[in-house]
Amino acid sequence: MVISEQIIAGQPQTTVGLPFVDDPKISVRMGNIFYGDKQAISDVSIDVGKNQVVAMIGPSGCGKSTFLRALNRMNDTIDGCRTSGDYLLEGEDIYRGKMDVVALRARVGMVFQKPNPFPKTIYDNVAYGPKIHGLAERRVEMEEIVETSLRKAGLWDEVKDRLHQPGTGLSGGQQQRLCIARAIAVSPEVILMDEPCSALDPIATARIEELIAELSENYTIVIVTHSMQQAARVSRRTAYFHLGQLIEVNDTQTIFTAPEHELTEAYITGRFG
Amino acid sequence: MTNQADKTQRIRASLARRYRAERRFRSYGLLAICFGLLCVGVLFVDIIGKGHGAFQQTYIQLDVTYDKQILGITDTGDAQQWALADFDGIIKQALYQRFPAVSGRTDKRTLTRLTSSAAPYLVQNRLQGQPHLLDSTETLWLLADDDIDTYYKSLDDAAGPFIGRVDQRQRLWIDDLQSSKQIKLKWNTQFFVNGDSREPEQAGIGGAVVGSLLTLVVTLLLSLPVGVAAAVYLEEFAPRNRWTDFIEVNINNLAAVPSIIFGLLGLAIFINFFGVPRSVPLVGGLVLSLMTLPTIIITSRAAIKAVPPSIRQAAIGMGASPMQVTMHHVLPLAMPGMLTGGIIGMAQALGETAPLLMIGMVAFIADVPGGFTDPATVLPVQIFLWADSPERAFIEKTSAAIMVLLAFLIVMNSAAVWLRKRLERRW
Repeated sequence: MVISEQIIAGQPQTTVGLPFVDDPKISVRMGNIFYGDKQAISDVSIDVGKNQVVAMIGPSGCGKSTFLRALNRMNDTIDGCRTSGDYLLEGEDIYRGKMDVVALRARVGMVFQKPNPFPKTIYDNVAYGPKIHGLAERRVEMEEIVETSLRKAGLWDEVKDRLHQPGTGLSGGQQQRLCIARAIAVSPEVILMDEPCSALDPIATARIEELIAELSENYTIVIVTHSMQQAARVSRRTAYFHLGQLIEVNDTQTIFTAPEHELTEAYITGRFG
Repeated sequence: MTNQADKTQRIRASLARRYRAERRFRSYGLLAICFGLLCVGVLFVDIIGKGHGAFQQTYIQLDVTYDKQILGITDTGDAQQWALADFDGIIKQALYQRFPAVSGRTDKRTLTRLTSSAAPYLVQNRLQGQPHLLDSTETLWLLADDDIDTYYKSLDDAAGPFIGRVDQRQRLWIDDLQSSKQIKLKWNTQFFVNGDSREPEQAGIGGAVVGSLLTLVVTLLLSLPVGVAAAVYLEEFAPRNRWTDFIEVNINNLAAVPSIIFGLLGLAIFINFFGVPRSVPLVGGLVLSLMTLPTIIITSRAAIKAVPPSIRQAAIGMGASPMQVTMHHVLPLAMPGMLTGGIIGMAQALGETAPLLMIGMVAFIADVPGGFTDPATVLPVQIFLWADSPERAFIEKTSAAIMVLLAFLIVMNSAAVWLRKRLERRW
């Protein structure tokens, strides 16, 4: 029987490698996610360490985006989506605990696949998060936050003269960096990125990958990517998903040079995509 | 090989037939459009042809002496003297002077019927504004009676002038005035400023336009906020269950209910139960807003649905609460669509007649309404009332009022289209 058919036949796989770390930022145990009757994620347990970049790879439809969205409760907006299991942010359960979902999203930010700046000015885009969470009391403070965020996102020099022009007037790569600036303006602890470069050209992609490397010094980053090369370039640990199950988690070097599970090896050598 | 050649031949043979069918199909579409345009064209030509005359009114030039003795005014400060003054007398005097050959009581009475019954009031207004004119003579253009007006306007008609109640002597006098250039058509400001009147030469749409305006203001203030709020709640916050499905079906049905039913509803609830006065813009606005509400809810929901989910996701991802997502992102982006729907709803409400008939706005209102609780009528109802009147002069007035109503509707609908184009956003 072909290896991938083993899972189609319903045999659950145990996760190999090193899924857990000491003192994790995010910790998931036995996470399951259902869309109606269809199970998208089965019994996933993984840790994300502080200030680490963890990449999630796997073929299309394996549930990595669904899992990513569960980490900041974005799945709540989807009708019929049920989540079970323990999802802990710094030890606090984000689903069943007393944590407010709005406050959670200020701590765990998200950058989407297609850049989606608000149809407002560049300044207002970045200032929106701090404004609604009340992070700046005076105009001067707000301007500082906007400038710092744009600098950290590597966009300041390009837009400092046109802060009051619409954000939608920027190029694709600039828009995505604007979305990153917007996300970091509220000083989150974790940034979730759902295939942030898939809609961008190679040069813009390279800039964003540099950015991720810089940001990882101060933020914990979980990135879903379709490109194994990108995972190899930016992440420290990589998790391989297959049909809703977590197959292997390991240091990126190890996964790409000496994968432990045969499915992982089959995927990275390109036997199926 | 033969199969290939055979096939190509068959295809070529069918091509001619297919292109013919293609051309036929397109011509059907073209014919349909031409037919529609023809109907609209006939409508406009008919109405404009009948109505353009109403924008001008016949005036007769006479030398009027503000004779103190005829008027009976010795003291210009005495209000009673003004009230009892005989302005009709000085106009008669002016007419007798113009046609000195006229003698005999019947002939003189026929002569005085050349001018409108409103002419004395207009002269009175003039003298009251400039009392120093007392005892002097002025050349004034006086409003002619509606029979004279109709006759004069139809003098150049292909079928011959419309004589109506104008008798032979009056026709001779009019000829005389024409040769001395003392009768002519002037711009009819009364039509735009006055309220309704039994005398066609004095009747105007001013009262109806103000009534329509006041009614629309009430409709707008009630239906737009309620409609938008209902749409926002149903679209953003309401759970998806049987109740909300039931509500949605009902709203769609209400949008198709005949408008006269809303009039009955207004009569039963607002007038009978709540005791709101009959025939005022307030109750008219209440009824029309009930009627416009389903339309506004449906268009607002469509506008909200059109906001791309990516914007919502971005806002939610930033940690915005549901109300913040709606107020900061969804509503501003849906606003152009809502405004367009609102304007179209108002344009529909402007042309509504049946429900307003039920709540009493069909009365004869001579005064221009001053507020929301003054008796009023609306433009479509005014057209309906004038269409019923016997005087021939009302035919052109009715058509002119229709032109004004159509002009308002065209302007409002064009504004909606322009607004929609202008505020169209590219995500």
